[in-house]
Amino acid sequence: MTKLLVGLLLSALAQIAHAEKITVAAAADLKFAMDEIVTTFKSSNAGDEVEVIYGSSGKFNTQMQQGAPFDLFFSADIAFPRELAKNGLAASEVKPYAVGRIVLWSASMDASKMTLGSLTDSKITHIAIANPQHAPYGKRAEEALRSSSLWEKIESKLVYGENIANTAQFVQTGNAQVGIIALSLAVNPELSSKGGYYLIPDMLHAPLEQGFIICKRAENSALAKRFANYIGSKPARAVMTKYGFVLPGEAVRK
Amino acid sequence: MGLSGGDLQAIWLTVRLASVVTLILLLVGTPIAWWLARARGRWKGPVSAIVALPLVLPPSVLGFYLLLAMGPNGPVGHLTQALGIGMLPFTFWGLVVASVFYSLPFMVQPLQTAFESIGDRPLEVAATLHASPLNIFFSVAVPLALPGFLTAGILTFAHTVGEFGVVLMIGGNLPGITRVASVQIYDHVEALEYGQAHHLAAVMLIFSFLVLLVLYAWRPTPRKV
Repeated sequence: MTKLLVGLLLSALAQIAHAEKITVAAAADLKFAMDEIVTTFKSSNAGDEVEVIYGSSGKFNTQMQQGAPFDLFFSADIAFPRELAKNGLAASEVKPYAVGRIVLWSASMDASKMTLGSLTDSKITHIAIANPQHAPYGKRAEEALRSSSLWEKIESKLVYGENIANTAQFVQTGNAQVGIIALSLAVNPELSSKGGYYLIPDMLHAPLEQGFIICKRAENSALAKRFANYIGSKPARAVMTKYGFVLPGEAVRK
Repeated sequence: MGLSGGDLQAIWLTVRLASVVTLILLLVGTPIAWWLARARGRWKGPVSAIVALPLVLPPSVLGFYLLLAMGPNGPVGHLTQALGIGMLPFTFWGLVVASVFYSLPFMVQPLQTAFESIGDRPLEVAATLHASPLNIFFSVAVPLALPGFLTAGILTFAHTVGEFGVVLMIGGNLPGITRVASVQIYDHVEALEYGQAHHLAAVMLIFSFLVLLVLYAWRPTPRKV
């Protein structure tokens, strides 16, 4: 009996001892997928705390160059973590974790019956995309519009969101009739219950290769390493697939 | 000074926005401030609170409600569509409407203080000389409150120049239409164009300092606020 109590006590102590907290900076397109991954991670890693902050990859990159206290950085564009690693700010190599897709989405029309060509319709007065200057999804949206020779025709209708979530707001509130957003956001019930989406063919733009790093400050954090490994695990990959991400080493689906 | 064409365009747009907003608020804010300065009734409290709201509300709250209200399903959106103006988000006039709310207390409060400090005497004297209320206002109150008008105008202009959160939420970041200087700086920083960010940010810093310097140098003795 005493042995059992001591054993319980020791295991409780061990739990407390290894309980850690990490802060993860994640691109806005990961909002729904990462929330789910963190929930399943926590259920099998009791006591560990994983806090996720969502925002634009460009902003996180800027903040991290200035020493922002993040332990992991999941960027929507692998170029940002590569740059951080080059500047000696990474404690791991840059790992690709997913390839993103862009979709045409509307809250008021059935976008699943549209194509990029529909954007020239005179009934559409505003088209929201993320700011191509620093948002990866905006850059790819611009590429897709340019390679379909639509950019010049619709440029005057474009409005620019600060990041992909802000872009979705413009569409959700009806101020822009359509927008080009991340597939990972469009498949969320909150958004997919309204309107519909059209998957933009990925040969129209450079791949949205997304990558992450463990940041310098988490060099000795066991939890950061555990979480990084978890991203490659089966349950985490299943969540990413569910939200429409193509995983590294997988063939691109239509 | 190394400002790009885009930077100059953003500065010009900001100046235009701040000027229009200051003019509108002079027209809208003056009667409100006059009424607040003379009012005694039970409406004074609620109206004062509404006027002061933008001082404590985060711009994201204002931006969020404006985005909903001015959208196709919002009351303002219904109204502007019925009037044939179309919708206000992503337009210069949308920013004007938002900024009028945002800068309202910066116009009303200094004016109210100025009107209150005139006191009742000069107005009563004018009334005994059979001056009409409108005449009293323009030939007695306005000249006496002139320093207050200057302070209110300068503060409103400067505060509108400094607007950021609301324009980010409802502006759509359109060059020459809604991309004001503060947003342009934000874009430079996010794109890691620190050099360009520095140039424009320095202009804003110097401008803000000069405005405050003029205000404080020109009012050497602290009066009741």
